[in-house]
Formats: sequence, C-alpha cells, structure tokens
Amino acid sequence: MRPRPILLIATLSGALLLCSACSIQPWVKPYERDRLADPIMAWDRDAISNAYMDHIRESREGSRGATGGAGGGCGCN
Amino acid sequence: MLSTSTLLKRCAIAAIVLASTAFAASGDASGPAPAFTLTNLSGQPSGLSAYKGQVVMVNFWATWCGPCQQEMPLLDQMYKKYKPAGFTLIGINVDKEAPAVKELLTRKPVSFPVLLDPANQVSKAYHVDEMPSSVIIDRKGQIRYIHRGYKPGDENDYQDRIRQLIRE
Amino acid sequence: MSHKHIFARAAVIAALLLIRSTIADVLPDNRADVFYSKYSGGGMDITGYSATARAKITENFAVEANYFVDKISGASIDVLSQASTIKDERKQKSGTLEYLHDKTTYTASYISSVERDYISETASFSLSQSMFGDLTTLTLGFADTHNTVGENNGTADAPNVAWVGHALSRAYSGGLSQIITKNFIAGVNVQVITDAGYLANPYRSIRYLVSTDVNPKGYALASQVYPDTHTSTAVQVQAKYYLPYRAAVTALYRYYTDTWGVVGNTYELDYTHPIRDKWIFEGRVRYYKQSAASFYSDLFPFADSQNFTARDQNLAALDNTTIGAKVTYAFLPDGWRIFKRGTVTADVSRIRFNYLDFRNIKDFGLPQYEPGDEPLYQFSATVYQLYLSMYF
Repeated sequence: MRPRPILLIATLSGALLLCSACSIQPWVKPYERDRLADPIMAWDRDAISNAYMDHIRESREGSRGATGGAGGGCGCN
Repeated sequence: MLSTSTLLKRCAIAAIVLASTAFAASGDASGPAPAFTLTNLSGQPSGLSAYKGQVVMVNFWATWCGPCQQEMPLLDQMYKKYKPAGFTLIGINVDKEAPAVKELLTRKPVSFPVLLDPANQVSKAYHVDEMPSSVIIDRKGQIRYIHRGYKPGDENDYQDRIRQLIRE
Repeated sequence: MSHKHIFARAAVIAALLLIRSTIADVLPDNRADVFYSKYSGGGMDITGYSATARAKITENFAVEANYFVDKISGASIDVLSQASTIKDERKQKSGTLEYLHDKTTYTASYISSVERDYISETASFSLSQSMFGDLTTLTLGFADTHNTVGENNGTADAPNVAWVGHALSRAYSGGLSQIITKNFIAGVNVQVITDAGYLANPYRSIRYLVSTDVNPKGYALASQVYPDTHTSTAVQVQAKYYLPYRAAVTALYRYYTDTWGVVGNTYELDYTHPIRDKWIFEGRVRYYKQSAASFYSDLFPFADSQNFTARDQNLAALDNTTIGAKVTYAFLPDGWRIFKRGTVTADVSRIRFNYLDFRNIKDFGLPQYEPGDEPLYQFSATVYQLYLSMYF
C-alpha cells in the first residue's frame, strides 16, 4: 500500500512537468480573478481555527491527514 | 523509505524548474499600442488618442489586487514628477463594479486619470497576463516595455524607462 | 489523561495545515491573532488560548510564531481503573519561515508540544508552486515527528510520570489546486503518514470476559498490545463555488485507509455568506464514519486471544455529525494606527458522537447489563471559538 500514493504524487508531478512545457494559455485571465480573490473564496480564511478543529477531530477519530488547501486568490505578481 | 523521499524531492525540483520556464517576466515589447476609449468615474469618455505625442504608461489595476494598491501612491508621485516633461499615466481599472473603485479612490485619491474597463476589452487587447501590468508607450504610440507584477523597488525601473523615452 | 496524548499528536500534525494554506505569488498580510477556545463534552472540558503573529521581514520573506496552551480537566469515559479526574496543561510553541521566489513559496516549520506525560516535536518543510498562469498550484511537503510517551502513575495533583516509549512519524503530502472557471476552484490532497514505535495510549486498556467469581464485573482488564508500525493514506477532494449574489459554497470528501484496517469517510458542506464588507456568516455540516481497526474489540473472549489488541475508542467503529456556525465582524472599516483591518469571530460547533462497537462500561454494567450488552457509548460536545485578528 505504501508505494501507491507516492506513485500518485509522482505521476501528478510528472504530468504537470510535461504540460508546463506545452505552455497552456490560462483560460481565466488575471483580470477575471475578482471572485477568486474575494476572501470568502479562500480555502483557509481562518487558518488557526481550521487547525484547531482538525486537532479536535484527530483526537477523537481514527483518521488523519490530507486537510487544508492552497491556491486560488488573486494570482497577483 | 529512502527511495520515496528521494523520488518526491526530485519531482519537486523538476516541477519547479520546468514550471518556472512557463511564465513571462517583465521585458521589452513592441508593436503599436491598441487604441481605446473608456469612461472615467464621472462618466466622461477618454482614451489613448487624447495623449498623442506624450510618453504614456497604462497601468492595469483592481481593488482586489494587493500589489496594485501598494504601487498606486508611487505611481501618483511618478505622474506628478514627470507630467511637465510630457508624460501621462492612465490607470485602467478592471473591477466588474464601479462602487468599490469609487470608494477606494475617495479614501486614497490619485491625480492621474482612472478609466474603467469592466468588460475587460482593453485588458484583452493589451494581452494582460499578470496583475498588475504596466505598459509603457512611446511618443509615437508604440509599446516599448511591459512590466508584470509589482514588488517594492520596481518604481525605479519604471522611472528609468520613462526618462529614457522622454528624452527620445 | 487518555485524550491528551492523541491531542498532542494530532495538534502537531494538524499544525501542518498552516504550512499548506499558501496563496503563491504574494506573501499574506502581516497579522496578529488571539484565540480562545472551549471544548465541552464526554465529561471533558478543554480550554485553549493561543497567540499568533506573522510579519514580512522583506517582500519575499516572512516569519510566523504561535504559542498555544490547552488546559484539560474532567473525567473521561475510558479511565477505568485509575483516578477518574484528569487535570493537565499542554503548551505548544511553533515557528515558521516562508520564502517566496517568483512563483514558488518555500516553508519550513518547527512545532514543539509539551505536557507532563507527552512530548512531541515536528520539523516540516513544504513548497508550493504556482503554474499555468496561476491557475494551478502544486504543493509538496514532508514532516518528521518525534514523540516521547509517558504514563502518569500518580494522581492529577501528585503526578509520577514514567516514560514508556518513543514514536517516530514521517508524513508525505501532495496537493493540487486548480482554478476551473472564474467562479470555481477545486483541489485534491494526498497525505501518507508512517509511524513506528510506541503507538498506543498507555492509559487505555482492553477488557476480556471472565467469570464473575474471578471478577464481579464479569470482565478483567489488560494492557493494549499495538503493532509497532502504522501507515495511513488519506485523499481529500474539495471544491469551492462562488454564487452570483456573492456567497461561496464548499464541498469536500476525504477517504482514509490505513494498515490497521480503519477506513474513514468524511463529508463536509460549508456555506459562506457575506454582508457587504462588514459581516461574514458561515454554516457547516460534517458527517464522518469509520470502520474499526482490525485488532479492536470492545470485549475480547479471553486473555491473549489475539497478537494485537486494542479498546481505544478512536479505533472503534463510529460516526459523528457536526453542525457549526461562524460569524465574523470587521470592526475597523478605516483601519486604526498601524492596523489596516481588524476582525472578530465567534464560532460554535455541536458534534454528536455515536459509537457502533464501544460500550459505556463506566456508567453501566452488571447486574442490569451483561458484559457486551452495555449500551453503546454516545455523547455530544460543543466547541466554542472566539478570536480577534488584526492585520497590519
């Protein structure tokens, strides 16, 4: 079971490497990011609170991991 | 365990190296600057043609863009400084709705003209691919330089280019 | 005492979240937060206080520091033979460095969590890469944790801690976030965690059937025997959609599986509704269900019936449902001195826990209930959070 998720991550990275060489044009332009830049669209608007709730759950559940999110936002710079 | 961590590290490095080659940096550009006519906050139309013969910097910005807000006061200073020498700065705002723009400019006013492009026609015409973007146009109406993004210190870059084009 | 260990371990791993929540290209604003929380349920009361500050040293380099204190008191369901009241304090400190170069953010972090009978330290590193016109974000990370596990053989007021073991943990994570339309962003996270060493909670025991001549309760207690390795894989898919009248809806699903036989499914739905720039209301619903670990049993038939035995409620078959609501108020419309913005948030969650094969033997037993027929354990907990965030 251990090698499989690593292979998944490796495959994803590999696919992205190949894609980046093809230079796909972004279909959501930088000036169309107003909604994605809205704080209500942030994955972790309250990161400390989210970390705390995950801590509460991991103390009482048998599951752990894969929480959180990145990306989105204004994409500025 | 050693092989999986090495594999991940290699993937990470490769991903960065290749992905970083896929985006554009600031640099020299060429071609005629597309003409446009947009309205300002008071509803009055204006466009690039009004500034023929001057060095023009067209700055694309939005109320939701942090670096745009950061550079605004510096752009204002630059505008006031070089205006007598035949320079104009046009701020093109890409917000979908005007009230937020009005509110921001009331709180933090600027002296350079601000035109509204809610339909993003001008942004498309200028192939804006980063926020903020500054396009510097010479006296003959040719695009000479495109600056993508803003980091403190970039205003020195702008000033160098503007001075160069003013002297032409 | 029984909850605490898992608390510390979880807190350390949960803190990894902070690493992953990056928006590449611009480092987040400077901010200071003070946070208060209270968990009340299952006979436990846990109060937490924390202070966090982050600041940009240069445009590309930021530091963040956090200090968290948890105070625990109460009588837990599964403290069977020792003194029933628990009173302890956990202190956690963490420091994070973030470096932004072009479209890549590198993050390094160290977390230390200390309580009387448990010490946990984690060092982690991650990188986040923005690609394809900033529509895609790839995140990769790994973390190493070292835990020192102890057992308090004294009382809450007169402790006597014996250190019983160590555990090492390594976590690998990968995440991919993709902007699909100007209203829609989705992502997938994968995390593989491997632990080795002393992995059990020393305060929990198993029970096995004996005749009432041997023990009037009808069962006897024995130590749990855990495997000394554990590997888990979790995959979470999530999506956020912007509704045209200005609101956001989030949906997520996580699948968890591990080498101990636990399979967990998490479903969550959130709705965020702002009112102008002053108020943000959020409601959430979450449902979690897991199957028991292969070596878990509420009641073993006799002593040493299996190589590995556990009766830790975290490894039982269970489900829980959470309903929560949060309100954020922006109270500094024009800023104040060095602060650009300030918000205050109140958040309440109600969680209903339902065990499918863990029985409440603390409150129920012979003569009314035969061993194995005691009512299944259920309890509700309320979590309150109150925090102030100042941006400068």
